[in-house]
Amino acid sequence: MLDGLQEILFTLRQNKLRTVLTAFGVFWGIFMLVLLLGAGRGMQNGVWDDFGSEVLDFIIVWSGDTSVAYRGMGPGRKIQLDLADIQAITQQVSGVRMISAERHAGNGTISFERKNSNAQIAGIPDDYFRIKEDVPFNFGRRPNPLDVEEIRKVVVVGSAVADRLFAKGVDPVGKDVRVKDVVMKVVGVFYDKGNRGQNSERVLMPLSTFQKIYGGGAITNNIWLRPAKGVDGFELEKKVLELLKRRHDVSPQDMRGVNSFNMAMPAKNVNGLFVGIDIFIWFVGLGTLTAGIVGISNIMIITVKERTREIGIRKALGATPFKIVSTLLLESTLVTGFAGYLGLVFGVALLELVAFGLRSAGAKLPYFLNPSVDFQLAITALLLLVAVGVLAGLMPALHAAKITPTEAMRAE
Amino acid sequence: MIKLHGIHKSYRSGEQSVHVLKGVDLHIRDGELVSIMGSSGSGKSTLLNILGVLDGYDQGSYELAGQQVNNLGETEAARLRNKQLGFVFQSFNLLPFKNAAENVALPLYYQGVGRRERNHRAEEFLDIVGLSDRKTFMPNQLSGGQKQRVAIARALVGRPKVILADEPTGALDSQTTLEIMTLLKEIHERGNTMIIVTHEQDIADQTQRQIFLKDGVVATT
Repeated sequence: MLDGLQEILFTLRQNKLRTVLTAFGVFWGIFMLVLLLGAGRGMQNGVWDDFGSEVLDFIIVWSGDTSVAYRGMGPGRKIQLDLADIQAITQQVSGVRMISAERHAGNGTISFERKNSNAQIAGIPDDYFRIKEDVPFNFGRRPNPLDVEEIRKVVVVGSAVADRLFAKGVDPVGKDVRVKDVVMKVVGVFYDKGNRGQNSERVLMPLSTFQKIYGGGAITNNIWLRPAKGVDGFELEKKVLELLKRRHDVSPQDMRGVNSFNMAMPAKNVNGLFVGIDIFIWFVGLGTLTAGIVGISNIMIITVKERTREIGIRKALGATPFKIVSTLLLESTLVTGFAGYLGLVFGVALLELVAFGLRSAGAKLPYFLNPSVDFQLAITALLLLVAVGVLAGLMPALHAAKITPTEAMRAE
Repeated sequence: MIKLHGIHKSYRSGEQSVHVLKGVDLHIRDGELVSIMGSSGSGKSTLLNILGVLDGYDQGSYELAGQQVNNLGETEAARLRNKQLGFVFQSFNLLPFKNAAENVALPLYYQGVGRRERNHRAEEFLDIVGLSDRKTFMPNQLSGGQKQRVAIARALVGRPKVILADEPTGALDSQTTLEIMTLLKEIHERGNTMIIVTHEQDIADQTQRQIFLKDGVVATT
């Protein structure tokens, strides 16, 4: 076995050009496939990154002025959602996993010692961050039920605000800040990537505290909800809108009186886009692989043809057909396997280099992040290529093993 | 050593069938040095291919070293060639990318002899043909006579029962021809059975027995 391997390596070394050409075809096929898959993955990562730290199934409902006359009331009527709506939704619409109000008080100044920052001020129940469960907290904790119950004067601040008031990376938990002249204790810092980082320019306090400071009673600006597992978010969204429109006497055709946004919509669109990109990548990738395979087949056929005389001599000296065929196949397996492995390594290395370069340069390409490749997939492609390379060599090898030595030796 | 009886062989080329050997009877004893003569088209190459188990025959019987050679499978035939026969060709048929010693060692590789033993025996037989100083030379660095010496060493290295030489001097000048014939006779004297196919009378004259092939049958023995 080892002897046979030495014999093969020797033959390969003596036919450098042929070996290099075969190897390059395989190398290139795998290399390009890895690059393509990596670029595709990078694009997907980049697009998903743009979704920020949002869960992908939330629904947000808000109200505005009616645009359609309904039940004797003219358009332009201002609709105001309130906490009773939330209660009605919980009681009358099934399939709601979580629901939360959100109050806004516009922009205001937040200050700590001598430093000021502008931020959106909002009031939320503790459920709010259970809906935005993917938003990471750099410091401190999320708002809890006691904050709301005891009307505590505490805030969680967005990282953009925290960075301005305190030095970057400093833990501000426990510090007192002034929120529009009301002193409040910081209990947490969150980083919300949504809205290109603008969601992190916010200061959130317990809803009860907000109501006490800014009044407004039981009104809410937005209603956030998430569907229960297995519930169709679009169906739920429709039911909630129907209910709210009925409660506020808004025409079912009115798109402005009560409005909503469902995150599942863009997520669905993006998923569709990715399916398209995936199909494209596989199309091009398989094309490249096919080109590589055709290349190997060609070179294997030429190789065997070119070596007909050599095979004849070997047969005359006592090489059995099995020995001839197995040597040729082992040779092509070695070449394709080694070259494919090199292609894999180089492709992954190049991807890593690009990823590293992007990271260390701090450059942010739009819609491109962390190119990487599914290793199992790449290995599968490699094995496929090697298998086909071997199969491609099998036909001419079997043919070569069949012709008589005299015939073979006559070939020039 | 070799017994041929009523060997028939025809080749098909397209629609036509060419009857090349029409009942060849031949008996070559152990340790004999014989030549097979014949003009081109007499069927001597075909006969040599059958003797060398490189090709099959249609009718008759062939016994080589006590073994019937009849419709052998490719693998069987390869084993038989490897063990019992050594070939010397007109065009040498050395592998161009292997040096002299490696070419000589090739039959041993197919016998499953270990590398060290192969190299040792290859050197020993290169020594016998007088090329101990050319062991690492590539075929294209050797003269025609030297190439044929390497081929002869390769034919001998597996210690076969019979050496088959097909026009061994056909590609050589007269001086080299003389040297190669001297070498072949030396080897014969070591106890090998040797069959030389040739169309040159003065080569045939140097053998113990001449077999003339004419129109597919043995003319005179």
